[in-house]
Amino acid sequence: MRATAATPRRVVRRIEVCGTVQGVGYRPFVYRLGRELGLDGWVRNDGGLVVVEAAGPADAMRRLSARLHTDAPPQARVDQVRIGVPAGDSPAPGSGFHVARSAEPPRRSARDRPGLVPPDLATCDACLAELFDPHDRRHRYPFVNCTDCGPRATIVDGLPYDRARTTMRRFAMCRACAAEYGTPTDRRFHAEPIACPACGPTLTWQPSGGQDGHDAGKHREEALRAAVALVRDGGIVAVKGIGGYQLVCDATDEAAVARLRARKHRPAKPFAVMVADLAAAARLAPVAPAEAALLASVPRPVVLLTAHPDHPLAAAVAPGTDLLGLFLPAAPLHHLLLHDLARPLVVTSGNIADEPIAIDDADAADRLAGVADGFLSHDREIRVRYDDSVARVVAGRPSVLRRARGYAPDPLDLPVAATEPLLAVGAQLKHTFTLARGAVAIVGPHTGDLQQQDTMTSFTEHLAHLSRITGIEPAVVVHDLHPGYLSTQYATTIPAPRRIGVQHHHAHVASCAAEHGITGRYLGVAYDGLGLGDDGTLWGGEVLLADLRSYRRLARFGRAPLPGGAAAVRRPARMALGYLFGGEPFDETSLARAELLAAPLLRRLPPSEVATVRRMVAAGVNCPTASSAGRLFDAVAALLGVRDDAGYEGEAAVALEACAAGHAGAAPLPWRLATRDDLVVYDPAPTLLTLLEALHDGTGAGLLAAAFHATIAAMTVAVCSDAAAEHGTSTVCLSGGVMQNRLLVEALVAGLSAAGLTALVNERVPANDGGISYGQAAVAAAQLRGG
Amino acid sequence: LGHGSGGQLSAELLREVILPAFGPADAVPEDAALLAVDGAHLAVSTDAFVVNPLFFPGGDIGALAVHGTANDLAMMGAAPVALALAFVIEEGFPVADLQRICTSAAAAAAAAGTRIVTGDTKVVGRGAADGLFVTTTGVGRMLPGAAVSAAAARPGDVVLLSGPIAAHGTAIIGAREALGFESAIVSDTRALHRLVAAMLAAAGPALHTMRDPTRGGVASALNEIAVAARVGIEVDEATLPVPAAVAAACDLLGLDPLHVASEGCLAAIVAADQADELLATMRSTAEGQDAVAVGRVVAEHPGRVLLRTVVGGRRIVDLLVGEQLPRIC
Ligand SMILES: [Fe+3]
Ligand SMILES: [Mg+2]
Ligand SMILES: [Zn+2]
Ligand SMILES: [Zn+2]
Repeated sequence: MRATAATPRRVVRRIEVCGTVQGVGYRPFVYRLGRELGLDGWVRNDGGLVVVEAAGPADAMRRLSARLHTDAPPQARVDQVRIGVPAGDSPAPGSGFHVARSAEPPRRSARDRPGLVPPDLATCDACLAELFDPHDRRHRYPFVNCTDCGPRATIVDGLPYDRARTTMRRFAMCRACAAEYGTPTDRRFHAEPIACPACGPTLTWQPSGGQDGHDAGKHREEALRAAVALVRDGGIVAVKGIGGYQLVCDATDEAAVARLRARKHRPAKPFAVMVADLAAAARLAPVAPAEAALLASVPRPVVLLTAHPDHPLAAAVAPGTDLLGLFLPAAPLHHLLLHDLARPLVVTSGNIADEPIAIDDADAADRLAGVADGFLSHDREIRVRYDDSVARVVAGRPSVLRRARGYAPDPLDLPVAATEPLLAVGAQLKHTFTLARGAVAIVGPHTGDLQQQDTMTSFTEHLAHLSRITGIEPAVVVHDLHPGYLSTQYATTIPAPRRIGVQHHHAHVASCAAEHGITGRYLGVAYDGLGLGDDGTLWGGEVLLADLRSYRRLARFGRAPLPGGAAAVRRPARMALGYLFGGEPFDETSLARAELLAAPLLRRLPPSEVATVRRMVAAGVNCPTASSAGRLFDAVAALLGVRDDAGYEGEAAVALEACAAGHAGAAPLPWRLATRDDLVVYDPAPTLLTLLEALHDGTGAGLLAAAFHATIAAMTVAVCSDAAAEHGTSTVCLSGGVMQNRLLVEALVAGLSAAGLTALVNERVPANDGGISYGQAAVAAAQLRGG
Repeated sequence: LGHGSGGQLSAELLREVILPAFGPADAVPEDAALLAVDGAHLAVSTDAFVVNPLFFPGGDIGALAVHGTANDLAMMGAAPVALALAFVIEEGFPVADLQRICTSAAAAAAAAGTRIVTGDTKVVGRGAADGLFVTTTGVGRMLPGAAVSAAAARPGDVVLLSGPIAAHGTAIIGAREALGFESAIVSDTRALHRLVAAMLAAAGPALHTMRDPTRGGVASALNEIAVAARVGIEVDEATLPVPAAVAAACDLLGLDPLHVASEGCLAAIVAADQADELLATMRSTAEGQDAVAVGRVVAEHPGRVLLRTVVGGRRIVDLLVGEQLPRIC
């Protein structure tokens, strides 16, 4: 132990903390720390940073800088603590420690004070207790929050994070709130969105059809009561949620759910269901511990669970699948609705078909007028649109499928830091973008299909917003190789010194590798719908030998034509015809006989369609070919009579997976690997033939669906084992849209582990195209580093 | 080169290779050039025709070449005065077929009130051409009141279509591949300058722009206008005139009718206050009897064409990248 001086030496420091340090209770934390350590000085938000100037004994100062890292509040993310000496006067001895006024960022640019906004935080237990405490002054107040919870990303205009730069600026604090805000020991010390019934936002109720209804213009409890009554009577209510308007109805009311489907123009895609708590969730679906943890986690995602066969929900909630998307309330308003209605509620995005979710009051009133019977709204503006997130537990680990409210824009790490700030523009569907600086990647929230003009606008607005807040001005723009993606076209319109194109499936597997910090070589299994390959053909069933910078294609699925291009994606029956009439041939025993066995399919389809598709395939009319795993799943779904059409993306594959339930341990069907142009090629012909023969002989579709999953898993494990031995790597990264299939992924993880390989799957970004932008950023950063 | 489908790749070729070699950099791409020669106002246009098959329901390459060039002149507000026609013929091409094509071209010219006054014929070795190619050049006289340009579209204007779309492209594919629906669909190829004359007489300077949605279809034509005029265009899906048989064939083929060629239809951009009257005039002509208003020009999203879908969404209508590349994952 070191000798201590008789009079402890007084040390003065200026400390800058970078990361997600605003809106997470960091200043109150530093304040309490400074007090506890007996220091003089102050803490403040400064641009996007938290800056501390403090003076005190050397030992206490050392502890301060250490604990700024180690004791940070749970929602904070400390990327860097820079320690220096203050330029100005040092705090006077005995002056004490306090919170100072925030400093504005330098004019016009946030580059020198980069900041990050935290995602929105679900209502904490302390606030929840107040919400339902009749003696609390915030009893049943739908906007209760504190430094540990409440809206963040959706209300922030800019940094530093102060009430004046949020949509709470128009609400002047009452004396009681101001006192809490200013009291260091209070849970609401510097809680910027602090509010109470006396001073905060107010609920309003507006029935559809204008001001004529006698219920019009109700406020507060009355508004809530009107909404609750309407839902109870089978109505549909548009509720202004955290990141946008949501449509709410009774999930046990068949007629109400059917009405919502018709009005929203959403015939089949499952609706998310909100339940009051974990116990209510467990009444609808068995909830494993990992799933319970995911449901109750701060982002409060919609969690996909396998439903109890006799659950009480309306059949129209999730037709054709045994999966239910359940979630718990993330905001006080939802807690109140669930409490008062005491039943599961459909809570789905407030939009029509594929448009982005409405956030503006007037826009919502306009667009949802024909959908909702009434509007439960309020006067706190939603600054930025965030849809609900979706996640599930796969192989025991949480895995996000749609990354939006609660997750974004929480930063992710890049295993190789970007030498220049970059923007990765992602793909086309399930669109996200990624901004990166150094080792920090900020993945914007899910926006949807860029072909929708409003989604495109939402993308560019989010980009401008996050770019301004983080101060990231991209010098490099990264895009897919597909020239037709609107994201690729967008990339060509923005001025940037450098552009980098990243192959779609390399981006997929890199997204998985980067999440897991893999910087060396790995095998990448990209099972996907379609993406453009580097040879100008469509890929989607690929095994790559890759690192972050580059890749080599090792194996692929056999090719089949897509009769009518995108039309074949929307109609799996056409894809089945594609395999039957034009599957890539490998030997004589190919699919000639399959056509006879597929008679039920051919009889089921309109004769003109079968005849035209046959000619189209023969003549190559609008029949691009693809080596796609996703399309093979589609084809099998049609061949087994499970689905001929896909009303939403992946519907047939989801139905095929559901159909396989209850047939665990099904043996694989025959499969064959061929070699073509130095690639290992999976020839699906023997698999399909055997499958059709067995179906013809009376084997059930469920068993065959399970056997098909087992086949793809077994074949993939064999390909990976050989490749791993040959190339000396044992890490396998699984990604691509098909890897949303839990049955397949769990079989792959088990099989690869049994073969002595380490299988990694996407957890924090989606395996689908929502993860592409992060993968693009990881690849580009590695390529930049490589020069 | 993979630039054949009249979509993004050919637009790129035009923009990056061909136009820079010939034109002022800021030239608006139009269907025909306007010339003033000793006080006479003329329009000149040239077009190369490569169509497979050469004979199709509703026409053949000879008639198509005449109509195509006459229509390119018409889109600038000119009526054809004279045409020149050049053949490139593959050795061994049947003489009888050539005869049919020449007769058809002459008849088409006569019906359009013009003549083929000069031409050229080259025979090339087998394999050097696919049967027969035709290049036509037309000289036109400006019709009174014509002042149309792709750059003249203004926010507030109305978008009209003179008739049903996508018949020609669908008929060609059906005839080429014998896909089973070909008997029901006939190419709409025809000359449009009489319709244009009537339109100019009715609307005068209120008629801002005309385009024939040939290669690349209505999507290409409207995108060209949106880019040239720096305006947005919004089209209502419910109003699009797609004949039932054509719609069914496009559905089978996986084609978007907005991307499929027409050869006897035009898109017009007209000032809103003249739109109804113009529409009535168009409907009083043989070529325009099925004319409809399909959308409007807006100030928002310049350079972009949107489709208001029947469920109320707004989908971006862009150029085809090539038939081979679906964007769905
Ligand atoms: Fe993909
Ligand atoms: Mg032309
Ligand atoms: Zn709280
Ligand atoms: Zn208050």
